[in-house]
Amino acid sequence: MNGVHAMRCLMGILAREALRFVHQRERFIAALVRPLLWLLIVGAGFRTAFGGTVVAPYETPVPYEVYVAPGLIAMIQLFNGMQSSLSMVYDREMGSMRTLLVSPLPRWYLLTCKLMAGTLVSLIQVYAFLIVARLAGVELPLAGFLLILPALIVNGLMLGAFGMLLSSVIRQLENFAGIMNFVIFPVFFLSPALYPLASLRDSSEILHTLSALNPFTYAVDLVRFALYGQLDLPAAAVTLAALAAFLALAVYAYDPARGMMGRRNVGEP
Amino acid sequence: MTDATESTPALEVRGLGHSFGATRALDGVGLTLAPGEFKVLLGLNGAGKTTLFSLITRLYDAGEGEIRVHGRRLADDPTRALKRMGVVFQQPTLDLDLTVRQNLAYHAALHGMARADAAARMEAELTRLGMAERRHQRVRDLNGGHRRRVEIARALLHGPRLLLLDEPTVGLDAPTRADIVDHVHALAADDGIAVLWATHLMDEARQTDGVLVLHQGRKRAEGRLGEVLAAAGATTLAAAFSRLTQEPGA
Repeated sequence: MNGVHAMRCLMGILAREALRFVHQRERFIAALVRPLLWLLIVGAGFRTAFGGTVVAPYETPVPYEVYVAPGLIAMIQLFNGMQSSLSMVYDREMGSMRTLLVSPLPRWYLLTCKLMAGTLVSLIQVYAFLIVARLAGVELPLAGFLLILPALIVNGLMLGAFGMLLSSVIRQLENFAGIMNFVIFPVFFLSPALYPLASLRDSSEILHTLSALNPFTYAVDLVRFALYGQLDLPAAAVTLAALAAFLALAVYAYDPARGMMGRRNVGEP
Repeated sequence: MTDATESTPALEVRGLGHSFGATRALDGVGLTLAPGEFKVLLGLNGAGKTTLFSLITRLYDAGEGEIRVHGRRLADDPTRALKRMGVVFQQPTLDLDLTVRQNLAYHAALHGMARADAAARMEAELTRLGMAERRHQRVRDLNGGHRRRVEIARALLHGPRLLLLDEPTVGLDAPTRADIVDHVHALAADDGIAVLWATHLMDEARQTDGVLVLHQGRKRAEGRLGEVLAAAGATTLAAAFSRLTQEPGA
């Protein structure tokens, strides 16, 4: 693979995704409004119920808005990964995915570029959310805005690869609503995004075990610790391992010899 | 592995087969396409034309048979083969929310073209197809004929030596159809680009064109238009096609 060609391809895919993002203002607004509703409305409602709980990395009790903010950052990236997945299913149904797949570069590289583009979009959404949260008075450490960047990149890639894998098994756009109910919501609720996992353990050991098996749990922890300048090594290791596994499976699924591209119903008569 | 010379076919397909589950979509299909040749791949809907294109462009892997592009096996070096190929799919593949220029720039980036080179090629191809004045228009605002022209300009942007077009005139009015057929014939004649043109519309084939009749995944005839007519004992391509695709005993 020629390095200059590879770099131009990456820049082209990043530019296209950014342009699409600019054209789809509603997508940006929706991505921002969803976590802000949680933060400002649900957060206000839960503030009293949450009071007094201390979990790492916090050393003293923190307001619920401060606790939930890293979970909402991860939620933005989770939904962005699913949005990318939805747009890949749409591109496949509409045919524009072919433009990418018949490009003269290895398919794994093209898919990785697509992941990077999705991650870039999620970073824009996360930083917009952080700025609004800060302006709304949520006390998040300013230095953490920079310190979470590596965690955001890893999480964005991992959740994007998860979405890409899902897109390879979704045969039609109409099936996407089912994915929301049966994949995204369980993944989100079985994580420490909204409440500490200790609360879940008190209610149900099974749910707690499921949340421990959920890669999104570790993505949330990775961001939460990074925001305070700490590296949660187990969370980083699990997130990176999940990224490698999801990406490998997605590349396999998009392989012309094996995966979904070898099956019918991808726009063929 | 051989290096391409002037006599090396732009495309060689041998014994190509493909199944979707129990459905046999292609069965032992072969064809040869010389540089500068315009070959019409004629078949009804479901004949296997799109499957053949998908195998040549490596959207699917060819499990049976062999495909060579300019002498090199596609399976050995798909990247090199795809570099020399321009493709217009049956399904529109432009991004509707982007402008004509943005769509072409995206394609140029995927092919690793330098920005200045890409800009010059974009202008040349859009001008050649009469679309230069619409370069900043969003694709969503273009009519079907204009969108097809943009897709052809895009397929030509990286200077391919082999152009594959799958039902490129479907849904277009007669004058636009004739215009596009003329244009692509000129590309083959003037620039020496090998063209494989899949269609079910008989009137798109010309006397000088090669014709390959595909039916139910099998090749029924191949040759110059006159040869195919003679082999079928017919005076028109429509009659020849009807005879060649008739089931035994029908």
